Amino acid sequence: MTADASRGAQAPPELVQLLTPEGERVEHPDYDIDLTPEEVRGLYRDLVMIRRVDLEAVALQRQGELGIWASLLGQEAAQIGSGRALTEADMAFPTYREHGVAWCRGVDPLNLLGLFRGVNHGGWDPAEHNFHLYTIVIGSQTLHAVGYAMGIQRDGAVGEDGAATIVYFGDGATSQGDVNESFIWASVFNAPVVFFCQNNQWAISEPLEKQSRIPLYRRASGFGFPGIRVDGNDVFACLAVTRQALKNAREGQGPTLIEAFTYRMGAHTTSDDPTRYRVQDELEAWKLKDPIERVRAYLFKNQLADQAFFDKIDAEADELGRDVRRRCLEMPDPEPLEIFDHVYTEPHRLMDEERARFAAYLAGFESEESSR
Amino acid sequence: MTTLTLAKALNEGMRKAMEDDSKVLVMGEDVGKLGGVFRVTDGLQKDFGEDRVIDTPLAESGIIGTAIGLALRGYRPVCEIQFDGFVFPAADQIITQLAKMPLRSLGAIRLPVVVRIPCGGGIGAVEHHSESPEAYFTHTAGLRVVACSNPADAYTMIQQAIRCDDPVVFFEPKRRYWDKAEVDTSLGGGDWPAFDEARVVRPGADITLLAYGPMVKTCLEAATAAEEDGRSVEVVDLRSLNPLDMPAVAESVRRTGRCVVVHEAPVFSGYGAELAARITEECFYSLEAPVLRVGGPSTPYPPSRLEEHYLPDLDRVLDAVDRSFAF
Ligand SMILES: Cc1ncc(C[n+]2csc(CCOP(=O)(O)OP(=O)(O)O)c2C)c(N)n1
Ligand SMILES: [Mg+2]
Repeated sequence: MTADASRGAQAPPELVQLLTPEGERVEHPDYDIDLTPEEVRGLYRDLVMIRRVDLEAVALQRQGELGIWASLLGQEAAQIGSGRALTEADMAFPTYREHGVAWCRGVDPLNLLGLFRGVNHGGWDPAEHNFHLYTIVIGSQTLHAVGYAMGIQRDGAVGEDGAATIVYFGDGATSQGDVNESFIWASVFNAPVVFFCQNNQWAISEPLEKQSRIPLYRRASGFGFPGIRVDGNDVFACLAVTRQALKNAREGQGPTLIEAFTYRMGAHTTSDDPTRYRVQDELEAWKLKDPIERVRAYLFKNQLADQAFFDKIDAEADELGRDVRRRCLEMPDPEPLEIFDHVYTEPHRLMDEERARFAAYLAGFESEESSR
Repeated sequence: MTTLTLAKALNEGMRKAMEDDSKVLVMGEDVGKLGGVFRVTDGLQKDFGEDRVIDTPLAESGIIGTAIGLALRGYRPVCEIQFDGFVFPAADQIITQLAKMPLRSLGAIRLPVVVRIPCGGGIGAVEHHSESPEAYFTHTAGLRVVACSNPADAYTMIQQAIRCDDPVVFFEPKRRYWDKAEVDTSLGGGDWPAFDEARVVRPGADITLLAYGPMVKTCLEAATAAEEDGRSVEVVDLRSLNPLDMPAVAESVRRTGRCVVVHEAPVFSGYGAELAARITEECFYSLEAPVLRVGGPSTPYPPSRLEEHYLPDLDRVLDAVDRSFAF
């Protein structure tokens, strides 16, 4: 793969696929992947574990323990495949749905639940796992990722041991000015960034046709860098394509747009009612392309795993689900005065004044209580 | 009279405006089949078609920018910004273009664009879904800024906003969307209260509470509670923030001699600062106490588990009433 700007336009409209929905390994002229059985079992475990966390979160929301949850159901392979392509030095910028990438980066799922429970706005240190905070404002993070990549460039962190940036966004996000500006910046500065667009076919109720007349990966060619469409439900292909794009970025060949063609199997969030705008048939068709089933089939067919293995993973996932639930319920509500924390880094008169006044106000209630 | 939720009243108002004038368009993210995330545009696309109720690409700057172009061509776009926190990508188009273009044309251009913004907190949402950005817009000359607080006003004010030849930023109190009240949909525009007038929603003699949007209800509850303490509290719903109905505000404050301003937005540099300053300038000799302000802390809107502490509530309003009387 080269940084040839025209490649995006010439790429075949078909998507890169290395594993069929039936679990058959297929060849692709440009991409290949050589995974040990251990690695394939590892990917399978990742997929199952994060789906389990997601299910538990949906249940917790239904029970009133989370304010809202954005499910990744159906997008596990896109996230695990791309997430496992990252090296430790690479930096990831997520939307609000990248629970699978967070998993790959080693972010405790509890952090994600905290945001959706409403105890904080994220609250993890992006530098700890090279995983930025979730960004809710559509598209904003694409510019941050490019700026970060420009920093990597200026640090001279290029080459094999260098670093790259990956930024996640949705099909809807591609309409935002910020996203288009980020394409321009990345292109002009040849920034080491991979744009990873999960085209899950929907932006809340709006189908892709409301955002684009051409396949999204083809947008890249107009900006002067390669674009490629990958089967977003194929974890092998997502891993292979992302790995290559990151390598190119690290080696100074600039940005790539990857369109992971996938499907949002659930509602947009737990607040959404998709029956108002999409038909069940579509969902049924995509069920047959499930990202986990095909890896399971592959492992089984090739005798790389037995029933005992699958049972063990399921048990481990259940244990994780229970653990996440228990710790979510134990998460304490923040103290009211924490509202004033971290707004500024330096001392700030107004914060001090308002904090003191609010503390006195709250103390007034306590003395009222005790005098009763 | 029909009983409508605030959301449904807006919906009925828009429907009426679309029936009355074929140039009225509705545009925004998810306003079509879904009917908007709060269902405020529910059914409009079905009845008026995709040319008049437009699901736009996901780009707020694009929504307002193209609305300006449509207005230049004689249309009256009603734009929905999905949540308060997402108006900022459109801020450039609103502030540098929408607000100023009519003046630059020496009045040749009219931009009857309505920017609907569900605002405020109290629904347990994540970041960027609970903000009160009104002061950014009241500070921008060329925009009218209004806030409805109840279903009856929602029904009439949205129609007045659409008929208005100036750009209007229209704030909707999202946590009151489901509040119900009687709405008289049979009255014609001539019988409606003027678009730019405040209203005394509860008369009182001892102190004036000034509020708009979601805080009107909170103030009415506070007034009821204060009555038990023998205090007669007047509540004024400002309705229009720019222009401000200063004569109505001054009349009330001169009568009661005390005033508390209540809004969800941070107090520092908030809309209440303008009110307090004007009241001090115009009613100085009638005041028994300084104008007090109740609002959010000067911090970003907190995670939802803290919002009950952030949002002004009955206790915070009554506390300010007490402080005013203690002067
Ligand atoms: C600037 C901005 N506008 C609107 C929204 C409300 N909103 C949240 S998610 C969403 C749709 C996003 O679709 P897409 O980019 O395809 O991502 P997906 O949710 O499908 O993963 C919208 C409109 C927002 N968060 N930010
Ligand atoms: Mg999408």
